[in-house]
Amino acid sequence: MKAKTAKPQRATAKVRPLTDKDRLDLFRMMVRIREFEEEVQRSYLEGLVHGTTHLCQGQEAVSAGTGIVFREDDYIGYTYRGHGICIARGMDAEAAFAELFGRETGVCGGVGGSMHLTDIDKGLIGAFGIVGGGLPVSVGAGVTAQLNGRGQISATFFGDGATNIGAFHEAMNIAQVWKLPVLFICENNLYGEFTRINHTTPYEDLIKRAKGYEMAAVQVDGNDVEAVYAATAEAAGRARAGGGPTFIECMTYRHRGHSRTDPAKYRDPKEVEAWLARDPIKLYEAALIKRKLLTKQKAEAIIAEERAAMRAASERAAAAPWPDAGIDFQALTFA
Amino acid sequence: MQEITYREAILAALQEEMRRDDKILIMGEDIGPSGGPFKTCQGLYEEFGPARVRDTPIAETGFVGAALGLAITGYRPIAEIMFADFLGVCFDQIVNSIAKHRFMSGGKVKAPLVIRAIGGAGLRFGAQHSQTGESWLLSVPGLTIVCPSSPNEAYGMLRAAIRADNPVIVFEHKALLSTKGPVDIGGPIPPLTGPRVLRPGSDATVVASLAMVGRALEAAELLAKDGIEAEVIDIRSLRPMDTGPIAESVRKTNILVTVEEQAQIGGWGGEVAAQVTESAFDYLDAPPARVTLPDYPVPYSPPLEDAAIPSPERIAATVKSLV
Repeated sequence: MKAKTAKPQRATAKVRPLTDKDRLDLFRMMVRIREFEEEVQRSYLEGLVHGTTHLCQGQEAVSAGTGIVFREDDYIGYTYRGHGICIARGMDAEAAFAELFGRETGVCGGVGGSMHLTDIDKGLIGAFGIVGGGLPVSVGAGVTAQLNGRGQISATFFGDGATNIGAFHEAMNIAQVWKLPVLFICENNLYGEFTRINHTTPYEDLIKRAKGYEMAAVQVDGNDVEAVYAATAEAAGRARAGGGPTFIECMTYRHRGHSRTDPAKYRDPKEVEAWLARDPIKLYEAALIKRKLLTKQKAEAIIAEERAAMRAASERAAAAPWPDAGIDFQALTFA
Repeated sequence: MQEITYREAILAALQEEMRRDDKILIMGEDIGPSGGPFKTCQGLYEEFGPARVRDTPIAETGFVGAALGLAITGYRPIAEIMFADFLGVCFDQIVNSIAKHRFMSGGKVKAPLVIRAIGGAGLRFGAQHSQTGESWLLSVPGLTIVCPSSPNEAYGMLRAAIRADNPVIVFEHKALLSTKGPVDIGGPIPPLTGPRVLRPGSDATVVASLAMVGRALEAAELLAKDGIEAEVIDIRSLRPMDTGPIAESVRKTNILVTVEEQAQIGGWGGEVAAQVTESAFDYLDAPPARVTLPDYPVPYSPPLEDAAIPSPERIAATVKSLV
């Protein structure tokens, strides 16, 4: 899979070059997200996570590479496969686990669950379980950002499948007509639920969607965290300066199935193998070792630290009490 | 009290609230320089400008969803749905996002937004532009649903809806837009819940919504000529539904008739009948009766449409058959 990069349509804002510290932070963040999701998977098998859950192993570069661009006052909307951006944004891992476990100490008090991690104080405006449902909401947050006039942006994450639903097109159209500071971040992992993109969509390069709206667009290797950073930083700079929205297509792959009950047997083993070889964490580890910012031992130490931290957070979450079953709906939602 | 139309009452509420709080903005189709297809936004664009009076594309999913995004990030948006029928276009945003967002966040994310939907039959608009839609969202926890029947209610409830910290759906009726009535401009903000007794009576309780309230009052006039005193109640709010005062009335009259401009199955009349039966069963002298549209879409041809909408005569005849 070759990643292509389209030329943006407008004068570009300057992108801040990454420092060595940024690079190590990006590596650690990808590892943290990976270890979070691995811990979710383990917890699911132990019966701690209920119903279903949608994991993002393999797509960590998108969450980490975009996450480093956002300001504290930006608005971030995402989907049921949104644990990655929540962790990248600094959601407390224990509160996230507790939410997945349905506990009182969960970030939403156990009411939301795996598909609805929300933390408005961190600008994490919501996880939407309906494909495409969050895009118009992020457009509204984009209107807020524009009206506030403080250079905020609204970013919205979604998958390839969402580009086939009406909400996507209405959101793209409104954002472009109103020149809103919205980043449409498409994680093209080639599969909408259990079906490969070529069975549902006229083309695989979804950057073509943006053309119909004359929206600035860029396609990047979504497994290259620095490429994701550069594209996002440029688009964010443009949006903050009043240059309008950008469609960012990140070509990536989910290592696991759509949800926990999906073994993903519909995928060609060769395709899976090729993408596993392009694991974003392994790619970046090799790149940083080459740059002499990291050694194999140091990388392993980071992985071990994050694994231990996620395990500890998960164990604390699992020990938390259940919510009170006498929940007062009126007080909860109308007070 | 000022004598103004239902349309002017809506506009007065919008103007007054938008002047009071610059976080309030309104979005909808043709509501900018055009003032709205039903002229409920006339002059707003000139007074408040394009940032706060936003003409949208014909894309209800897009702009109703955007209203939620604005609401959870500090604004107080109002979305105008040109015809209530178009609520079908943005059903997902209302039912799955707007109604549930605060709940799913554990109560932390407030969503102060208003959706105004102009509905109703009687203007020869045919099946896709004549529905009240008032019961479509009735089974969705998380929404407040009101249906003003007069200029004063339209003015008061819209102001209350805009000030509420949660999503409110305001069903307006296009056949009422030109009707006049006294409005308490600048008066106290009324509650968004609870029915209101408009005409006291001792022989039957007639509960109606929107344009059917006027017809129920006309029916009461007809019945009075025959010596039957009907108590007419405007239900006002469908969610939360407060049937306490209705049951109270039935304990006095022993007869319950509901009147709504929609098909019987799934209408709010069934819920009122059930709740009143639960709380005042021993007081009912007859099974509750529901006067509704027939079980088919609203037809276009004037005699067909007129025959479909509950008339004062039909309401009166139903009451008479029970007392």
